[in-house]
Amino acid sequence: MSAITEMPDLPRAARRPQIGNPVLRWLRSNLFSSIPNGILTVVLLAVLAKGVIGFVQWGIVNAVWLTPANDSNACKAVRGLGACWAIIPEKYRFILFGTFPFNQQWRPGLSVLLFIALFYLSTRRALWRRELAYLWIGALAMISVLMWGGVLGLSFVSQDRWGGLPVTLILATFGLAFGFPLGILVALGRRSKLPAIRSLSVLYVELIRGVPLVSLLFMASVMFPLFMPSGFNIDKLLRAQIAIILFAGAYLAEVIRGGLQAVPRGQYEAADALGLSYWRKQRLVVLPQAIRHVIPPLVNTFIAFFKDTSLVLIIGIFDLLTTAKTAIIDPAWQQFSVEVYIFVAAIYFVFCFAMSRYSRSLEAMRGR
Amino acid sequence: MISDDPRPPPRRSFFGALGPNELKGLFWQVLVVGIAVAVVVFLWSNTVTNLSARRITTGFAFLGREAGMPIADSLLAYNPRDSYLWAFVVGVANTLRVAVIGIVLATILGTLIGISRLSANWLLARLAAVYVEVLRDIPLLLQLLFWYVLMQALPAARAAWRPVEGVFLSNRGLILPAVPVGSPQLWVLGTAVTGFAVFYLVQRWLISRQMQDGRPRPAWPFALGLIVVLPAAVSLLFGVSWTIEWPALRGFNFIGGLALSPEYFALLIALVTYTAAFIAEIVRSGIQSVPRGQWDAASALGLRRSFMLRQIILPQALRVIVPPMTSQYLNLTKNSSLAVAIGYQDVVSIANTTLNQTGQAIEAIALIMAVFLTISLGISFFMNWFNARIALSER
Repeated sequence: MSAITEMPDLPRAARRPQIGNPVLRWLRSNLFSSIPNGILTVVLLAVLAKGVIGFVQWGIVNAVWLTPANDSNACKAVRGLGACWAIIPEKYRFILFGTFPFNQQWRPGLSVLLFIALFYLSTRRALWRRELAYLWIGALAMISVLMWGGVLGLSFVSQDRWGGLPVTLILATFGLAFGFPLGILVALGRRSKLPAIRSLSVLYVELIRGVPLVSLLFMASVMFPLFMPSGFNIDKLLRAQIAIILFAGAYLAEVIRGGLQAVPRGQYEAADALGLSYWRKQRLVVLPQAIRHVIPPLVNTFIAFFKDTSLVLIIGIFDLLTTAKTAIIDPAWQQFSVEVYIFVAAIYFVFCFAMSRYSRSLEAMRGR
Repeated sequence: MISDDPRPPPRRSFFGALGPNELKGLFWQVLVVGIAVAVVVFLWSNTVTNLSARRITTGFAFLGREAGMPIADSLLAYNPRDSYLWAFVVGVANTLRVAVIGIVLATILGTLIGISRLSANWLLARLAAVYVEVLRDIPLLLQLLFWYVLMQALPAARAAWRPVEGVFLSNRGLILPAVPVGSPQLWVLGTAVTGFAVFYLVQRWLISRQMQDGRPRPAWPFALGLIVVLPAAVSLLFGVSWTIEWPALRGFNFIGGLALSPEYFALLIALVTYTAAFIAEIVRSGIQSVPRGQWDAASALGLRRSFMLRQIILPQALRVIVPPMTSQYLNLTKNSSLAVAIGYQDVVSIANTTLNQTGQAIEAIALIMAVFLTISLGISFFMNWFNARIALSER
């Protein structure tokens, strides 16, 4: 047990003179500091080697990288021994963009790049000003134009042809863009002195947080048509988007509320002393500080519902995961789903990992 | 509470006690509540109109009708001629079966990985960190589909893997040896549970005695006596049989033993491995939140490492660990609803089938929400009680 429970970097009261080869020294202190620790290292190395060798054998040595179009025979020959990466070049356009008209697929492609640029610019501290909001509005408008078309000489593409990565990014980003103001309002509502507003906010947050997202999506896909006057029909994607906005709003509200609680009381009193009205006080004094406090948890919340957008698979909307699952229905390629899942997992991983790195760097900057 | 209102300068108002601020507050509340009520009324009236247009009768009367849906994997006795109500109960049992076992396993695995991240062994700490990062950054549904595909790719029953004698892993799921439990065995288990409760009281008494004179009294003889020896004695006295039933392959399928369906097993693995990554981070930050000085002081007293962890570090870390752990347990429970994607029949999946068969969308979704709100409240209640028990009691 002692190998596990030792605390790292114990302060060394008296440093031993540093003798010998630094590599050996590092090995001794980090891998073989005690006998059980040494045994553990050897066992782990053995397991790791077995796993890595097995994966390299399957994923690289025996793998099939390219086959002639629509011919999976080479893959079937190595089935079970090697990976069939050939399915990716075969299907990647469908996985990334769904059934978007093939010769127009530069449009969703450009939209994805715009999204990435938008996220990147949002992480720049120098840009955390009011202009950032305009940047968001501009970028989201451009993406809408690119996806829908129908203006500027672009052909019109209806929403049911959208699919893949842009849909995932749209659901998550619009969820954030609309969920964030909603979350601010609800968080303020929960801290308001007015009982009716407070209880409405509490009811909304607890109701949404207490049920699975799947049930909200069912509601959006099945019950929404019942809610609306007859003849008034909203597209399925937009209905799911509304469900995700409501869902994100509740979670973001809780994070923002945490930030509001961290704003010192003196700030409120000072704003009152200046005679600011309630809204100006919140906008100019309280909220900027509150949100700055909770940017890391906000990023984490965003990562969580970026992943959660994949649940729209259950109500049949073509996001990245659904296109991946659909790509494997093709009888010739049916057996190679693991490869496709690994490919899509890598895409999700890149996005989430970048965001979680960013969130961690922010925490480190605050000097914890 | 922070007052969000500037103190109004004292002035005689027109409205007596209702100053301008109270009036403003009243106005806002009336406005917001009015909007909320208007929205609800609007949706309600549309729904009523639409339902009558589609000739759907509302209400829960359909729950008494025959369900007619097969349920492959259920704890409770069920056949398709049972009512929808019973199908829902079976679904709730299936949800709880995956959630409760998932919570226990995820806590164990997550704690191990969390402690590993702090290990002095660099390799173990790195591996644990990689595990956490990879599992957290991939959607759970994707992982679930992945595990399910792997389960289906396992060899057929005749060529099942046997990691240990009596355990079969095949595309039929996981088959384990089991002990058939009837009422005599339940009596013995009941004795063990009672023994555990009595032991808890004894332990509290021992601690209170220790508080008086400072001498530690070992609790393990009581534990052994009450939880092991007493039930064993009862078992021998009444001659309860504990024969293990070994599963065996007959033809193309297994008989005997305890069978976990591939759907259940895939869902359980996905939920446990995914949630464990989050629990590991909570455990790590909890242990790191205990100030250095506590370790140093305990070392200075010459305490053994295991004692130090158990009596000094963990009780303090728990205060930081329990609240976020509660939300992870709730997440795991809510995430079990992804079962619908692979066809494990939990309450969401059964509600979904019911909805498609009867068209009673509102009632089915309301039932899902009611079930999850109840479970959420139950978990929160239990964890809050636990949290209150371990909280810092300040004078």
